[in-house]
Amino acid sequence: MKEFKVTPIRNGTVIDHIDVGMALKVLRIVGVKEDVNSTVSVLMHVPSKKAGWKDIVKIEDRELDPKELDKVALISPDATINIIRDYNVAEKFTVKVPSRVKGIMKCSNPGCITNKNEPVEAEFEVESKKPVSLRCIYCDRSTTDISDNIV
Amino acid sequence: MDVVSIRDFSREQIEHVLKVAEKMVPIAKGEEKSNLLEGKLLGSLFYEPSTRTRLSFEAAMGRLGGRTLGFDEPKGSSVAKGETLADTIRMVDGYSDAIVLRHPQEGAARLAAHFADKPVLNAGDGAGQHPTQTMLDLFTIKKLKSKIEGNHVAILGDLKYGRTVHSLSEALSMFGAELTFVAPPTLQMPKEHLKRIESMGIKPKMSSSLEDAIKNADVLYVTRIQKERFPDPAEYQKVAGLYKVDMNMLKNAKKDLVIMHPLPRVTEIDPEVDATEHAKYFEQAFNGVPVRMALLSLVLGGSK
Repeated sequence: MKEFKVTPIRNGTVIDHIDVGMALKVLRIVGVKEDVNSTVSVLMHVPSKKAGWKDIVKIEDRELDPKELDKVALISPDATINIIRDYNVAEKFTVKVPSRVKGIMKCSNPGCITNKNEPVEAEFEVESKKPVSLRCIYCDRSTTDISDNIV
Repeated sequence: MDVVSIRDFSREQIEHVLKVAEKMVPIAKGEEKSNLLEGKLLGSLFYEPSTRTRLSFEAAMGRLGGRTLGFDEPKGSSVAKGETLADTIRMVDGYSDAIVLRHPQEGAARLAAHFADKPVLNAGDGAGQHPTQTMLDLFTIKKLKSKIEGNHVAILGDLKYGRTVHSLSEALSMFGAELTFVAPPTLQMPKEHLKRIESMGIKPKMSSSLEDAIKNADVLYVTRIQKERFPDPAEYQKVAGLYKVDMNMLKNAKKDLVIMHPLPRVTEIDPEVDATEHAKYFEQAFNGVPVRMALLSLVLGGSK
């Protein structure tokens, strides 16, 4: 019998095939914080047939907005999303890198105006999807160092 | 319309600005009078010192019958009390018809354009963009060489950090000029910019020898090599000597070589060179006035 370290969830969202080590950043990107009122399971360093190792995140009783989920692609381009209803996979899709990103990352340029005390959120245009490269719409600086700049 | 980055402009749009600037020359020289911008106010916010840019914007506005208000250092203004740029911009937006901004932070002009309803003109944002400088450089080359395309432009100096040379080299590529980048290897053009230039179909040459590069150049664009980039003063002296434009260096230059410099210069062009036909940097500085007049008239809805 297959042994589950974390049991299947009844309703909610499972983000699978997250790049290993990125699970907590994925939670931050999709806006799941301590104030969540359902169970969140984080599995780190799980054997994966495809990639050797992966992370998985399960959020119970919440179906996340697909647009929010696409942001996961910035740090885990191969992540898959499973929407679970009554223990069954009701929807399954892979994340797609969005064309514009706002509010989840700071600009990697310390001299950028968005890193000062101004009432704006850093905003980026995606100039390359593989590998992911983002260009700040304010200072024009490109960055490929996405995970280090997650707010 | 804002003037934030040269990248926001197509070749046709830049050509239009240069055409309008040409018509502005007699007014800029004071030979003709204009009241094109009479009753218009330019908010001029200089968070960093600037001589040429600030004065030429004021001259441009004044020559067209408009007026300027603002500050040339943030001390004594509400900025010194900790006001955000966003708030200052929203306030000045209410007092003026257009805003010109020089700020130490990159992206400041884009932020200003975001908060202002009136047009914003970027007069340099940190190590970022300085589009009106690029346009006056293009205007100068076009005026002296009748066209930009096909001219061999050698760009000399701190190509790694210099803000002027990044936007200028991209704009020159858009116009089909041939480029040679002359710098010590540690201060050469960053890869990111080279990629952008190559994507426009230009294959720039890289050189560390000014002597070699000067032979084929139609235009030599000189910028300052900053002392503070070198941890060892002796190393700086060595490099500065190799890249100094003097009479000896010019002996193999083309007769009609044009030498430009965004100014201020320190020691990179010997004062002896000023008396030669090659020296066009003061004419270049003057060109800032008609070019900024053209931009102001275009964004404020007046045209000659």
